[in-house]
Amino acid sequence: MAEKVFMIALSPTMEEGSILSWKKKVGDAVKMDEPLCEVETDKASMEYLSSQEGTLLAIVKDVGTSAKVGDIIAVIGEPGEDFSALVAAPAPAPKAAPAQAGPLAPAPRTPAPVAVADASGRVKSSPLARKLAAEKGVNLTDVAGSGPHGRVVKSDIESFTPAVEAPRPAVGFAPSSLGASPLNDERIPVSRKRQVIAKRLGESLFTAPHFYLTLGIEMDRLMEARERINGQRKEKIGLNAFLLKFLAEALKRHQPLNSTWEGDFIQNHSSIDLGVAVAQPDGLITPVVRNAGAKGILQIEAELKDLIDRARNNQLKPEDYTGATFTISNLGSFGIEEFTAIINPPGVAILALGATVKTPVVGEGDALVVKKIMKVTLSCDHRVVDGAVGAGFLTELKRMLEDPYQVLL
Amino acid sequence: MAVITFREALRQALDEEMTRDKEVIVMGEEVAQYDGAYKVTKGLLDKYGPDRVLDTPITELGFTGLAVGAAMAGIRPVVEWMTIQFGLLAIDQLINNAAKFRYMSGGQFKFPLVIRGPNGPAEFLGSQHSQSFASYFVHVPGFKVVAPSTPYDAKGLLKAAIRDDNPVIFLESEMSYGHKGEVPEEEYLIEIGKADVKRAGTDATLISFSKPVLMCLTAAEELEKQGISVEVIDLRSLRPLDRETVYASVRKTNRAVVVDEAWPQASVGSWIQAEIMKDCFDDLDAPVELVASEDVPMPYNHALELEVQPTVAKIVAAVKRVAYKEKE
Repeated sequence: MAEKVFMIALSPTMEEGSILSWKKKVGDAVKMDEPLCEVETDKASMEYLSSQEGTLLAIVKDVGTSAKVGDIIAVIGEPGEDFSALVAAPAPAPKAAPAQAGPLAPAPRTPAPVAVADASGRVKSSPLARKLAAEKGVNLTDVAGSGPHGRVVKSDIESFTPAVEAPRPAVGFAPSSLGASPLNDERIPVSRKRQVIAKRLGESLFTAPHFYLTLGIEMDRLMEARERINGQRKEKIGLNAFLLKFLAEALKRHQPLNSTWEGDFIQNHSSIDLGVAVAQPDGLITPVVRNAGAKGILQIEAELKDLIDRARNNQLKPEDYTGATFTISNLGSFGIEEFTAIINPPGVAILALGATVKTPVVGEGDALVVKKIMKVTLSCDHRVVDGAVGAGFLTELKRMLEDPYQVLL
Repeated sequence: MAVITFREALRQALDEEMTRDKEVIVMGEEVAQYDGAYKVTKGLLDKYGPDRVLDTPITELGFTGLAVGAAMAGIRPVVEWMTIQFGLLAIDQLINNAAKFRYMSGGQFKFPLVIRGPNGPAEFLGSQHSQSFASYFVHVPGFKVVAPSTPYDAKGLLKAAIRDDNPVIFLESEMSYGHKGEVPEEEYLIEIGKADVKRAGTDATLISFSKPVLMCLTAAEELEKQGISVEVIDLRSLRPLDRETVYASVRKTNRAVVVDEAWPQASVGSWIQAEIMKDCFDDLDAPVELVASEDVPMPYNHALELEVQPTVAKIVAAVKRVAYKEKE
C-alpha cells in the first residue's frame, strides 16, 4: 500500500528543511536506509535516509521547496498504485504578509485588519472571494473576513483598500548620482540556518542576563612551549587545541561554568563538551569536542581539525554541533583585541578570545617589559554564575595559561 | 388574456391534444364518469366517448402496464394517477418497462406515454399521502420529468409532454389545482428542459419547482422589502435539467438557495445543490443552501404538518444566510 514519506527532524532544533536534491527519481526502487534526498536543515545539509521500502511513486516537495517537519514530501508504494488520495493535501498556507514599510514610514493610524486564519494558517474564504482576490492581486491574509467564522467573502474583497506601502526612505545619495554601486538593494531570503542563529542567539541574549569579565593573559610561556613542541613535529598543533585543553582543566575545577540553567534546577555536567565557533559563508556553526577533559592535546587537535573541515564542507551531523556545555569564540586571527560574545545555550558561559598582541607591561621593579598579551572576555549567565565565580574561573585559567605547569597541580 | 385555474389549464391541454390527435387517450381511476378526483378531466368523457376516456379498476400496476403496452403499440396514453403516492404500486412498470424499452429495442419502440397526478404534501393527508417522490423518477434515465408551478406552464408543458415520444412523468400538486393564472387563448407549447426566470434579482438565486415556487416568490417580495434582491428560477423540467439557466443566474448573484418540499437526503434539491457547488464553485460567495422538508414522516397535527415543510420564513432566513445579511 502506498505510504506517505514525511519530513522528519534531522536535527534537534529543526522545524523545517529545504530539499536540496532528490537522490531518487519517480519510479526508482527505494531500499531501507538508502538516501532519498538531501535536506538543508537549520544547521547543515543532511541525507534523508529512507525508512520505507518500495517504489518512489511521487515527489511532493520539489528541489528548492521547504517542508515543515511532518509535511509529506513524497509517496512510496507499489509501482502503478493509485496514491492520489494520499497527496490530496489541503491548500498550502498563504504566503506571509508583505514586509512592513521602512522604519521611517508613519505608523498606520488604525491597526491593519488581519484575516482570521485557522490552526493550519489557512484563511477561510469563499471561492468567489478567492477568485476576485487573485484578479485584483489582493493577499487574502490582509483582508478581514466578515462572513461566518471570519470567512472572507465577495464584499470584503470589493471594499478592501490595500495599505499603501510607503516608499522606502532614501538612504544616502540616490545610486544614480554615484554611478554603479558595488552594493545592491536585493532582499535576501533568510536561510534555515540564519533563522536558527537569529532565534537561538536572540533567546539567549534576551533571556539570560549576561555580564562580562575581561582580563589580559600573558601568552609568552604557552607560545614558547607550543613552539618547542611543534619544533619536534611534522604536523604543527594549533593554538586552539592548547587553549581547549587548558580550558577543560580550568573547568574541571569550576563546575558552575559547566552546567545548564533549567529554570527550576541547575543541571551540572560531568562531561566537558567544548564548542568552537566556526565561521562559514552562510553563518556561524559551533562543532563540539566531546569530553575534552579526558582527552590529550593531540586528540583534541585531531578532532578539532576533522570537525572544522567538515564544518566548512557543510557535512556536520546534528550530534557534531549541539549540546556544547562551554563555548569559545576566537576572533584573534582578525586582529580583534577584545570583544564580548553571546552565550551559546545550553552553556552558561562563553569565552571570547582576542588577538595575542605584544604589549608593554609594567614588570618587576616597575620595569617595562614586552609581553604577548591575549585579552579574553568571559560572558556569564548570571542566573547560574555570579561575578566572583566567573572571576575565580577566569583567574584560574589565566594562571594555567601563564604558567602551564600549573595544570599538573 | 384569460385567467384560469391550474386544473382548467390541464383540462384545456388534454382537450386540445385529444382534438388534434385521435391517438391521445385518457385513462385512470374515476377520470371518466366522475370527471377525475380533482376534476381535471371534466367533460372529456362526453366529448370523446368511453373509447378514449377510460375508467380503470383500482389496480395501478395493471392499468399502468396497460398504458405502457398501448404506448408501445402507438397509442398516446395520458394516465392519471389519483396521486403519485398510489403510483408506488405501479413504479415497476415505469422503471423496468417504460424507461427501458426504447433503449433496449434499439429505438424500435417509442413511448409516447404521460403519467400525471398530484405529488408532494397537501394538507391533512397523514404520513402515507404527503410525500414528494420527484427524485424516484428524476433518478432514472429514460424518463422526462416535469413539475410546473403555474397554469401557463402546466398547459404548455402538458401539451409538449403528450407530443413527446418518451415517457414523461408530469408532477402536479393538490394545493395548486385551484391556483389561477393568465393563459393565452392561442395555442402554445413549452419546451421540456427549459427553466423559467420567474423573477429577476441580483443578490441571490432561489431555485425551486412545483408548488414551492410560489413560496419562493412570496419570500422574494419579503426580502425585497429588506433590501435583498432575489432571482427566482422555476426549473419546470427536472429531467432534463436546464443547467444553463440555473448557472447563469448563480454566476450573476453568486449565492443560491434550493427549495424542495421533499426530504433532504438524496432529493432533487440536494442533487441540484451539489451540481451548483461543483460547476459554479469559483462563482460562489457562500455555500449553496437547501430548504427542504424535515427528515421525518409527515405529522398529522396540522401545525406540525406545516412546520416540517419549507416555509416562507425558512426561505427568507436561508437567503439572508447566503447573502451574509444575518449573522449566525
